[in-house]
Amino acid sequence: MKQLKSFIKKEFFHILRDPRTMLILFGIPITQLLIFGTVIKNEISDVHIAIYDQSKDETTMQITNKLLSSGYFILNQNLESTDGIEAIFKKGKVKQVIVFENDFGQKLIREGNASVQLIADATDPNLARLVTSYTTGIVNDYIKKMHPNLQMPLKTEPEVRMYFNEEMKSAYQFVPGTMALILMLISALMTSISITREKEMGTMEILLVSPLKPVQIIIGKVLPYLILSIINGFIIVSIGHFVFGVPVTGSFVLLMLETILFILMGGIFTPVESMPSWAQIANHINPIYYLMRMLRMIILKGSGFFDLLEEFIALSGLGILFLSLAIWKYRKTT
Amino acid sequence: MIEVKNISKSYKKTSALQNISLEVQESELFGLIGPDGAGKTTLMRILMTLLLPDSGDATINGLNVVTDFKKIRHIVGYMPGRFSLYQDLSVEENLSFFATVFGTTVEENYDLIRDIYYQIEPFKKRRAGKLSGGMKQKLALSCALIHSPKILVLDEPTTGVDAVSRKEFWEMLKKLQQKGITIFVSTPYMDEAILCDQVALIQNGKILDVDSPKRITEKFQRKIIRMRSDEMFRLINDLRKFKKAESVFAFGQYVHFTGINDDVEESELDLYLEKLNHKNVLVEEIPPEIEDVFMNLMKQ
Repeated sequence: MKQLKSFIKKEFFHILRDPRTMLILFGIPITQLLIFGTVIKNEISDVHIAIYDQSKDETTMQITNKLLSSGYFILNQNLESTDGIEAIFKKGKVKQVIVFENDFGQKLIREGNASVQLIADATDPNLARLVTSYTTGIVNDYIKKMHPNLQMPLKTEPEVRMYFNEEMKSAYQFVPGTMALILMLISALMTSISITREKEMGTMEILLVSPLKPVQIIIGKVLPYLILSIINGFIIVSIGHFVFGVPVTGSFVLLMLETILFILMGGIFTPVESMPSWAQIANHINPIYYLMRMLRMIILKGSGFFDLLEEFIALSGLGILFLSLAIWKYRKTT
Repeated sequence: MIEVKNISKSYKKTSALQNISLEVQESELFGLIGPDGAGKTTLMRILMTLLLPDSGDATINGLNVVTDFKKIRHIVGYMPGRFSLYQDLSVEENLSFFATVFGTTVEENYDLIRDIYYQIEPFKKRRAGKLSGGMKQKLALSCALIHSPKILVLDEPTTGVDAVSRKEFWEMLKKLQQKGITIFVSTPYMDEAILCDQVALIQNGKILDVDSPKRITEKFQRKIIRMRSDEMFRLINDLRKFKKAESVFAFGQYVHFTGINDDVEESELDLYLEKLNHKNVLVEEIPPEIEDVFMNLMKQ
């Protein structure tokens, strides 16, 4: 026990004294989370648009105002003809052009039917899709409110509710994702690296000749990173919560427990170079598969322990398997 | 204390050790002398239970290196060829870590390491990686001794260490030997061989001879002539062209010469060199040194 304690102490010295290790442990998760949170988004905001309003009546003005005050769009310029559209797109700043037909407002009231054309720059198809659907939503919403008697012709609108992530916020997606990534990096990778480092420095020779048992060495290597991972998990969830407003609906303790379970299997970092068709089946022995599921379920759905039983058993089984393999392999090298 | 019987080991097709046998007595300072790649480290790793021999037997204090490896690990202190301590841990931390790993404390065995450790104690807060080569050596030795081993195994401890530190290091080994520790040390330096009680000359995985350094040189019957002149490089080349030369080697400030037979006279060489305009020539017969023996054995 004393030996193990002193081994763990030594391991902490290694980690705390190496700026690079510290950077990987704490710098990467935080920056990654902040970058993902602010750069990679499924929502849109401040998208530049151009408007060609042939009608210039009250209705189109109000629709334009509504679009611009939504926060999603910024008016780049007003067009006077359709000629400039392609040129504007080529400049790259404007992502969408809205064209209202002549007498838009009058037609709408008289005929119950008026056209608005949305032209989007589809070089980024994902963005184009988002932009047009946002615009459609706003226009329809406005018309419905202004003219409640109007039947939207040829249109059945499905009412979509996104469960567990009502607003389709991307932060909900990447907080659990980053967590899995980071835990993977720290637990599996860093533990393996620290063992490799012993070998490179030649200190493994001395450890092997010493009366230290393989199990003491492996546990001594895993435990410090386990503790750091818990701290890390805490930081990630906190940033997710306080900066991006991702709620943890489930139990934080359960979340950490499942995380620990995952971390307990250092030394499983194997690159998957290609993903053939049987990968789906093979994925069932991949611990990250279970971890991701559990993280999402706890953070977003607020699932309890018994909902996660299947994953829990699978992950425990894999954990024991990999840890035993590591110890067995280590023993063989002595 | 250490008994090696017909040990062989090969790595794939390269044979590193061939039928090695030797015996080390208790409290003996035993030297394994040979050039790089001779198989010294392989033999040490087998004795340290880090490597399994292909065939043959080896025992340490009566314990078999294959079957009793756990017990052996408690009684040996091993210092690998490369500096193998934690560079990011301080002197003090390294020492107490290894003490704890072996289930002891620094205080308990301080007596044994005092002579060595007091020299680096002023730097005990310094990280091991920032120590000079000589100090690293002392720390590594302290760590290898901290559990008071019966046998100390040192793999080329003085390689890459300055001359003064080397001398000091051997003095330390002598003192440890007096405390009853059996020491098995390998070195590529011939001048260190004479400091051992017994030496084994090893080359290409084969033991050439095992004896005391004195006996080894006595057994050697050839006549060795050493020479010096102002132009050493030209001297070597000229001597190699000499008809009666068998071997010519640079030995520090001198050239050691062995003739095709022992009838080659000093005066003969003197004359030959004078003709070639060598200045300040010195030619004298000397008793063979262990290196002469080794050079000769290697050629056979």
